[in-house]
Amino acid sequence: MTTITERRAIGASLDRRDGPQKVTGTASYAYEHRFDNPLYLFPVQSEVARGRVTRIDASAAEAIPGVVAVLTHDNAPRLADTSDQEFAVLQAGDVAYRGQYVAAAVADTLETARYAASLVLVTYDEEPHDVELRADRSDLYAPDHVNPIYPTDTEEGDFDQSFSAAAVKLDQTYTTPMEHNNPMEPHTTVALWDAGDLTLYETTQGPHAIRGPLAQILGLDRNRVRIIAPYVGGGFGSKTLHANTILAALAALLLQGSPVKFALTRQQMFSGVGYRTPTIQRIRLGADQDCRLTAIAHDVIEQTAKTKEFAEQAAVPTRMMYATQSRRTTHRLAALDVPVPSWMRAPGEAPGMFALESAMDEMAISCGLDPVEFRIRNEPEIDAETGLPYSSRNLVACLLEGARRFGWTGRDARPRARKEGRWQIGTGVASSTFPVIRFAGSVARISHLGDGRYVVEIGAADIGTGTWTALAQIAADALEAGVEDIDLRIGDTALPEASVEGGSSGITSWGTAIFEAARVFRDRYGYSPAEGDQAEAAARDNPEADNYSMHAFGACFAEARVDTDTGEVRIPRMTGVFAAGRIINPKAARSQIIGGLTMGLGMALHEESLVDARFGDVLNHDFASYHIPANADVGQFDIAWIDEEDPYVNPMGSKGVGEIGIVGTAAAIANAVYHATGIRVRDLPITPAKLLLG
Amino acid sequence: MKPFRYERAEDISGAVATLARERSGEFLAGGTNLVDLMKLDVMKPAVLVDVRLLTSTAIEDLPDGRLRIGAAVTNSELAADQRIRARYPMLSQALLSGASGQLRNLATTGGNLLQRTRCAYFYDTTTPCNKREPGTGCSALEGCNSDHAILGASQYCVATHPSDMAVAMTALDAVVRIQGPGGEREIPVTELHRLPGEDPERDTTLEHAELVTAVDLPPSTFSASSTYRKVRERASYAFALVSVAAALQVADGVVRDARIALGGVAHKPWRAHKAEDAMRGRPAVEESFRAAAEAELAAAAPLRGNAYKAPLAANLVTRTLLDLSERR
Repeated sequence: MTTITERRAIGASLDRRDGPQKVTGTASYAYEHRFDNPLYLFPVQSEVARGRVTRIDASAAEAIPGVVAVLTHDNAPRLADTSDQEFAVLQAGDVAYRGQYVAAAVADTLETARYAASLVLVTYDEEPHDVELRADRSDLYAPDHVNPIYPTDTEEGDFDQSFSAAAVKLDQTYTTPMEHNNPMEPHTTVALWDAGDLTLYETTQGPHAIRGPLAQILGLDRNRVRIIAPYVGGGFGSKTLHANTILAALAALLLQGSPVKFALTRQQMFSGVGYRTPTIQRIRLGADQDCRLTAIAHDVIEQTAKTKEFAEQAAVPTRMMYATQSRRTTHRLAALDVPVPSWMRAPGEAPGMFALESAMDEMAISCGLDPVEFRIRNEPEIDAETGLPYSSRNLVACLLEGARRFGWTGRDARPRARKEGRWQIGTGVASSTFPVIRFAGSVARISHLGDGRYVVEIGAADIGTGTWTALAQIAADALEAGVEDIDLRIGDTALPEASVEGGSSGITSWGTAIFEAARVFRDRYGYSPAEGDQAEAAARDNPEADNYSMHAFGACFAEARVDTDTGEVRIPRMTGVFAAGRIINPKAARSQIIGGLTMGLGMALHEESLVDARFGDVLNHDFASYHIPANADVGQFDIAWIDEEDPYVNPMGSKGVGEIGIVGTAAAIANAVYHATGIRVRDLPITPAKLLLG
Repeated sequence: MKPFRYERAEDISGAVATLARERSGEFLAGGTNLVDLMKLDVMKPAVLVDVRLLTSTAIEDLPDGRLRIGAAVTNSELAADQRIRARYPMLSQALLSGASGQLRNLATTGGNLLQRTRCAYFYDTTTPCNKREPGTGCSALEGCNSDHAILGASQYCVATHPSDMAVAMTALDAVVRIQGPGGEREIPVTELHRLPGEDPERDTTLEHAELVTAVDLPPSTFSASSTYRKVRERASYAFALVSVAAALQVADGVVRDARIALGGVAHKPWRAHKAEDAMRGRPAVEESFRAAAEAELAAAAPLRGNAYKAPLAANLVTRTLLDLSERR
């Protein structure tokens, strides 16, 4: 693979190029694009979790001055493709989950639309619903594969024999709750249908990625659909295609020529735009006298929707994390009357590694070995799942550097050993990992503006991660130009095709396309191009993907303080050390890791979507009751990178950093809480209630 | 949100008279709770009578040593007032432990007292709730009730009162001044909020169109040895799992007097008279404090999800009193 030897822009901690626009409010998010006489949509959501709408009386709503339409399944435009039931919005009266859109009011003000929606009377033929995930369900089933294309189950060696013969054994079950992504900017669409063209100002992680499916569902030529998303206020996996976008598009089709604005309320963010499935994970570990693992089993139970399968890959990281002579992993699903689970930051890794890394801590204790040393002792030579060597794997370096920075050496391993006043103090560690993912199909176009200045175009998304800056840095080095000479254009399907911002793949996928376009440009025009010279190229598949297993690794260390009287947990400091190839922009990457560690802290201590099974939807659907960390919860973060040269991953030598920060954090905190209190909480989140009654 | 009429009046009497004429209406002050509830269709008043500019924004020293807090004094102003901080530190601490800076800048003293429960079923109009719609049933009784009451609840309602400020005022024996269609009256703050009984739709003993105009604090006798402590899983910006406002007078190692009020445990700020009584005359040691706390919590009736609250409250009271006793 071609790699550049001299990098000037890559590796520089540049300030965000879009920073001034964002802090002055001139960066337009979806809802903020200005229109004359826009209309506002407010949805009516199902109050039953399963059944059929038998009657909708919209007369009171329609009588309100300013109301232009009430959409129902009787009058909504027909979709061309209803094969995916998640997207078959207002096409029939069937209700598959509580909170599903069953109607929508459109009016000339938001307040009128909201009031009108409250007046729509919906009558249901309610059927019994089933929303409870339990390990003892008789209808658990094995999906054909887990996300995105991993085998459902794996078997390596003879697990049963090795486990029964092991000198030290662990057999424990770990559970994680339903969690909701909740980016700061709620899901928003402004849809305009005008003379056969549909334009959406959208909060999306992939303008092109949602255009294809959307066009197909609506029965439109994809070239007549344009998605504009220059700035996106966070996504965490939830800003893919969901029913809200279809609903806004339906209203636009009905109300030709008028822009229809639809921004979800925070409460509405808890139904229909994705969430992390709850998980029930049984881990079995066996080790020999030398504390080497001989048997690993990870059996996962999680939920999906009856209408659509989503199989979170929670046991997948266990397939390669540690060396062992036998291994078994399984995934089983319960199909319920619930919204479709979806992607949430480090899907699979975040819940799966909470279980595995908690179990590794328990096992290290049973073996009488330091948890850092226990992990190092079980470091594998190759990726056991694929049989391939790693393109680079620096977990051990992360653990050792993290231990040094955190002051781990000399730690008294006994629980409850440290106390300051009413606070019990403990420390914990966990490993992190995330695969290097590259999606196909990204294309970059480079045009010379003259005087050594270039326009670089690709329909990539910046969901707050720093894409605007990082891709300019990559383009600068690829063209051997200055960053100031790069005019980057992203966030629009009018630009060349780009893959989705997901799976921490953005920089790898888009940067590779930019490198390829720069190579073609220089091959064609040399280093003295004329004004207007232009080249376009697609990212090619990585041939090294067949030769190497590619993952980022990291180690998270946490200090927990637990109030002996109240069970309150505070995390004054964390150290995170990551080996993620070459870091394109250390400042932006550090922000990503701060976000990941903070979200992991929330996963450990706060986040939990409560479902009352009698009703079937999320009860704590606002930020007063669904807690995420606030500033006062976040202490000192010490973040560092292992200098890692990886010539195989992509031309930049980089690995994604958007998700790995969350992965080991919850386990590191749970392990620290155990060390502080002697109480092992295997059921997230770790609340005062669990510690007081523990 | 249901459309509503917005009214202003020249003075308090006019505001009271305006609302008294309406069947369905509310006074509007800071609006930090009411407007949210209206957006969610939990409250649907036909008219709002704005009293923000009518009630006092002053904190006044009265000749007899009392301190009078105007109903329109914001939570931020009250928490920052030097007299409050010096004489009633638990009140300042309670205020600062609640909500966020932005909310405290808007929320008023009168409104804070009258804020409504944070029970999630009360907030969700698609579920039964006796407080929101009398006679529909209490969803929390057999539902998600980890935040709910352990003291004084009924089969009709197990909600808690969310205010921190009111807990401190309850410990301080504050008096609430009220003006209504029938004139002015005063009641102890302990008689403002109700237990749910059979009619949980009534949070307080206020009659229709009665307006809180001020809160009087009696002369401070506990300032050096009083505190507010709030327990929550998140370090800020969260309602209390359990909170305590406590004050202690010790002489010669013996408890002379004490004030204890609990938040997060009942439909009203819970004055712990049993604990106070159990402590007086006892040695100021951990055993006395724990025995007192347990005396108060003997009546606790936990639900499926909140069994942790009784031990939490007992630990919190014990530790807080112990800390106070060790202060000097």
